[in-house]
Amino acid sequence: MAAYRITPALQRVLHAVKHVSFHSRCCVVTCRAQYSTVYDPNEKTFDKILIANRGEIACRVIKTCKKMGIKTVAVHSDVDSSAVHVKMADEAFCVGPAPTSQSYLNMDAIMEAIRTTGAQAVHPGYGFLSENKEFARRLADEGVTFIGPDTHAIQAMGDKIESKLIAKAAKVNTIPGFDGVVKDAEEAVKIAGEIGYPVMIKASAGGGGKGMRIAWNDEETREGFRFSSQEAASSFGDDRLLIEKFIDNPRHIEIQVLADKHGNALWLNERECSIQRRNQKVVEEAPSTFLDPETRRAMGEQAVSLAKAVKYSSAGTVEFLVDSQKNFYFLEMNTRLQVEHPITECITGLDLVQQMIRVAKGYKLEHKQEDIPINGWAIESRVYAEDPYKSFGLPSIGRLSQYEEPVDLPNVRVDSGIQEGSDISIYYDPMISKLVTYGSTRAEALKKMEDALDNYVIRGVTHNIPLLREIIVHPRFVSGDISTKFLPEVYPEGFKGHQLSVAERRELLATAASLYIAAQLRSQKFLGNLRVSNAPQERRSWELCVELDQGVHMLSVSRSGNSYTVEIDGEKVEVQGDWNLASVLLPVTVNGTHRTLQCLSRNAAGEISLQYLGTSYKVRVLSRLAASLNKHMPEKVPEDTSSILRSPMPGTVVAVSVKPGDTVAEGQEICVIEAMKMQNSMTAAKTAKVKSVHCKPGETVGEGDLLVELE
Amino acid sequence: MAASALLRTNCGILNVLKCSVKGLTQINRGTTASVVAQSRLLQNARCYSLGHLTVQERIEKKRQAALVGGGQKRIDAQHKRGKLTARERVELLLDPDSFVEYDMFVEHRCSDFGMEADHNKYPGDSVVTGQGRINGRLVYVFSQDFTVFGGSLSGAHAQKICKIMDQAMMVGAPVIGLNDSGGARIQEGVESLAGYADIFLRNVMASGVVPQISLIMGPCAGGAVYSPALTDFTFMVKDTSYLFITGPDVVKSVTNEDVTQEELGGAKTHTAVSGVAHRAFENDVDALLNLRDFFNFLPLSNKDPAPVTECHDPSDRLVPGLDTLVPFESTKAYDMLDIIHGIVDEREFFEIMPNYAKNIVVGFARMNGRTVGIVGNQPKVASGCLDINSSVKGARFVRFCDAFNIPIITFVDVPGFLPGTAQEYGGIIRHGAKLLFAFAEATVPKITVITRKAYGGAYDVMSSKHLRGDVNYAWPSAEVAVMGAKGAVQIIFRGKENQAEAEAEYVEKFANPFPAAVRGFVDDIIQPSTTRKRICRDLEVLASKKQTNPWKKHANIPL
Repeated sequence: MAAYRITPALQRVLHAVKHVSFHSRCCVVTCRAQYSTVYDPNEKTFDKILIANRGEIACRVIKTCKKMGIKTVAVHSDVDSSAVHVKMADEAFCVGPAPTSQSYLNMDAIMEAIRTTGAQAVHPGYGFLSENKEFARRLADEGVTFIGPDTHAIQAMGDKIESKLIAKAAKVNTIPGFDGVVKDAEEAVKIAGEIGYPVMIKASAGGGGKGMRIAWNDEETREGFRFSSQEAASSFGDDRLLIEKFIDNPRHIEIQVLADKHGNALWLNERECSIQRRNQKVVEEAPSTFLDPETRRAMGEQAVSLAKAVKYSSAGTVEFLVDSQKNFYFLEMNTRLQVEHPITECITGLDLVQQMIRVAKGYKLEHKQEDIPINGWAIESRVYAEDPYKSFGLPSIGRLSQYEEPVDLPNVRVDSGIQEGSDISIYYDPMISKLVTYGSTRAEALKKMEDALDNYVIRGVTHNIPLLREIIVHPRFVSGDISTKFLPEVYPEGFKGHQLSVAERRELLATAASLYIAAQLRSQKFLGNLRVSNAPQERRSWELCVELDQGVHMLSVSRSGNSYTVEIDGEKVEVQGDWNLASVLLPVTVNGTHRTLQCLSRNAAGEISLQYLGTSYKVRVLSRLAASLNKHMPEKVPEDTSSILRSPMPGTVVAVSVKPGDTVAEGQEICVIEAMKMQNSMTAAKTAKVKSVHCKPGETVGEGDLLVELE
Repeated sequence: MAASALLRTNCGILNVLKCSVKGLTQINRGTTASVVAQSRLLQNARCYSLGHLTVQERIEKKRQAALVGGGQKRIDAQHKRGKLTARERVELLLDPDSFVEYDMFVEHRCSDFGMEADHNKYPGDSVVTGQGRINGRLVYVFSQDFTVFGGSLSGAHAQKICKIMDQAMMVGAPVIGLNDSGGARIQEGVESLAGYADIFLRNVMASGVVPQISLIMGPCAGGAVYSPALTDFTFMVKDTSYLFITGPDVVKSVTNEDVTQEELGGAKTHTAVSGVAHRAFENDVDALLNLRDFFNFLPLSNKDPAPVTECHDPSDRLVPGLDTLVPFESTKAYDMLDIIHGIVDEREFFEIMPNYAKNIVVGFARMNGRTVGIVGNQPKVASGCLDINSSVKGARFVRFCDAFNIPIITFVDVPGFLPGTAQEYGGIIRHGAKLLFAFAEATVPKITVITRKAYGGAYDVMSSKHLRGDVNYAWPSAEVAVMGAKGAVQIIFRGKENQAEAEAEYVEKFANPFPAAVRGFVDDIIQPSTTRKRICRDLEVLASKKQTNPWKKHANIPL
């Protein structure tokens, strides 16, 4: 406690000296503003904590425990027995087979692990049992501390309707609305007027956004009423209508709160989480570009009053929707540590896990609201094993054959629970890591993120770095003009990768050509005494033909040392490359601009695959001679795929709707594949007879596996 | 008339001599201009053959004729088939301007069936031969010209090939054959057959002396197939090449089978079913560029050490992914290629026969720049067991490496030999013995890593310490035993109750690297992530290894 009065700068030094040895290889933290709090070794705390989770969050919790001198117990499933979190923990306990329902959600086995290891407290991480009141109750029964809020807070906030009522009572803004029977159009107009335009009208019984109408004025309200009441009666046999304030272009902004068991609560500023796909966050930042200090304070104070209303203790998050006029409305409260908590840690300097543990032990908060700073800017990109070209991300699995986190860059924090050689399996969340960059300004943090993404090496699984890299440089994102509809608005046709400008294209071609030459030159270098003398070619200039997406370019390249002068279509490009041909990272300086490219593959036939600005490009470099001869080579016809249905991702077959001999219409559902909590309907590409079915319900299938063949 | 004919003949001989001298130094399209200029100067000096072409002009004419082979029409037809001409292939295969052509003026000697007619004579006949450089290193090449009599083999054609093969053996440099030939020159009869035999003999004599590579780029049928079969490596071009003893028509008349050329002897058949070819490439350009790459792995002859190229991959690089690669359940598969790619320089592995007998993986890679041959059981396919095909595939590869001073690194995860009547009737005993023979006889540096199972006789076979393995490592996951726990327990504790307990005891005792390690059968138990570092260091030490087998005329491998 006393130590806290030391100046922040000194604290950082202290922190660095004390904890440098704990930095583990897999998830090093090198954030300047990280954890300015000091871990007081004399403050009594738990002896041993069990972490009822896996992956990055388990590693994250273990790291803080180590700093606090607490012994840790990891639980794991069969397939996770050599996972990073198991290696990091002091003890490990197997809680069952791979499926989460039999392992990480298996309360009996986890209780058994607690009894066996004598853990005094449990940190649940996020997901799994973190918001399970039954689990919290069972822990309480055995006298084990749950590092999180009390059962009643979990219960109260877990119920959508109840949480809204409590929020209303605590004077938290909720979305104004009306749910019931509306007599006629004029009453609808009256209600809409009370709520304020725009309003959303739909049948109460209709799920989701089905049959939803947006009205911006009285006339549209009348129309919406007619449409919705008809639908309510005919489709659902239920007359009730829901008229609610329509939040136009909403942002998703959440407030981190921290409360103790003594009635104290703090708000730790906001996190902007608007960039989402299918309601899952992709890029988050703290603070938000959108909030002014007044709005921030208002949101923070409401969040704190809600926390106090439910006697909340521990860390929690109050989610708000914010409209374009900075009106904010309560959405829900998450009674756990959030995935995106690191960005709050970066700007406040607090270690939230440490705070949670202290609060759970019964300590009072050591900070006051005015102690909570916003230092700089932090951005988090969620790096997933998924294919961003398929609806912004369909899960992918595989073994990380090569994996290097960009932790050597300053102000980059990577929270991960995997390492080279780890498997991304169908059983668990396909998140690879949370990549966090920090800067004194947003621009600085964004630039850092570009570098970090360019230097992040992931091989063996398809990943979403192409999408992340595009989002963070998109003019709308850079200017802060974002909403939860960002992705579908910016990429209405789906994400297609980075679109090269003419200059970028030249840059890419020139780099590929230079790399090709470097490799060619090296292949002539034989060491040792040679019986038959070697006759390497003394060349300084090359005439090359480079192909990239159907485009063919003639290049002339001259080289001196590591500098290549490439002439493409009359334009000169200077490439400086200090190549290490064994490295996947290619740091190059093109026309004076420094960049890091990645070489994904390179073969004898001149095919080079490069990751450039996040997206991978296939380039083919040939000598002029080879290119002229290549014209005679026959085009190979790719197989007709319309009669073959292959699994677009690894997963489990949930249902097969056809059998051999059936006739299917184009677009008709053939089978359903479930992967990572998502059901995907596979449909016929043409009208045809089913020739053969190669899958059955319950079966696991890999990406590209043949499912059904049509005639 | 007779006199002038004689004179012409003499001139002809003179020309051939002159040109062969010239041919040795500069033959390619680029030098044509200077040759023309020279010929003009000489024109005045030698006007004795007034009314005829000067010698210089005739040289030029012949040379031009040789360069176009069977003529533009046939060249176009060749291109239409998606094939390059013999000369284009040589040009692409070799370093620019490095080709030195031999025998450009050789013509066939057949005088039957009107073959003696001028229009049936093509300077150079149906093959282009010579030497050149691949990445600066010497190589002898012949490239059959399909545009001249369908690339058929005449006595002269064979003689040209023999000439470069003889020289290649004297100099000590590899021979690459680019095959594209309809077969024997039927008009020449037995002369053509003799030509084949002359080549076969040289293939056999050169075997183990210089590396021989065949790239099948068109038809290769009948007796002709035996030359590629005798060489060290046979590569094919997909869709445009095929190899068979007899074509589909003969097959139909003899066995009544309906089969297409592609099914009978296409690239897919030979790389996946018969094991005749070692690898197939997409097209001519792809094949030739890959061949250049492949050539870099090979020493020039049996007198040269395995080549060492400049390497940017640190030899002490750790491979953390390997520590978690082998699954805990010994019944679960993993990909041996993951280990190989992780360990070798720059993940570059030139796999030989990737689609045949996939339960064993063989191929070339580099360790700290030095070429090594890699042999590994593939747990992903048939649990990595040894059967007839995988034994033969492995044995031939090991013998190539041994013949050409290429160190062998063996990764072992083998549950044993494949049981069954098919295998026994097929002669697994004899074929399995080939692999055993090859490993035992090899005197190059041999490094073995047991990654998991090394059971029974297959343990002995896979470059074990007992077969003169130089360095034998075990990973902690290794289990060196006579057999798996279940089988062993059923024999040792036959009829006993509580098999599970017995099994556990057996696992504790034998399903680990200790029994082998305490006896010195493995030199060390190493952390998988350090494997690359260890092997690189061992190879440095073993570079000066000297080991000889007892004198013998030749060994008697169980063929």
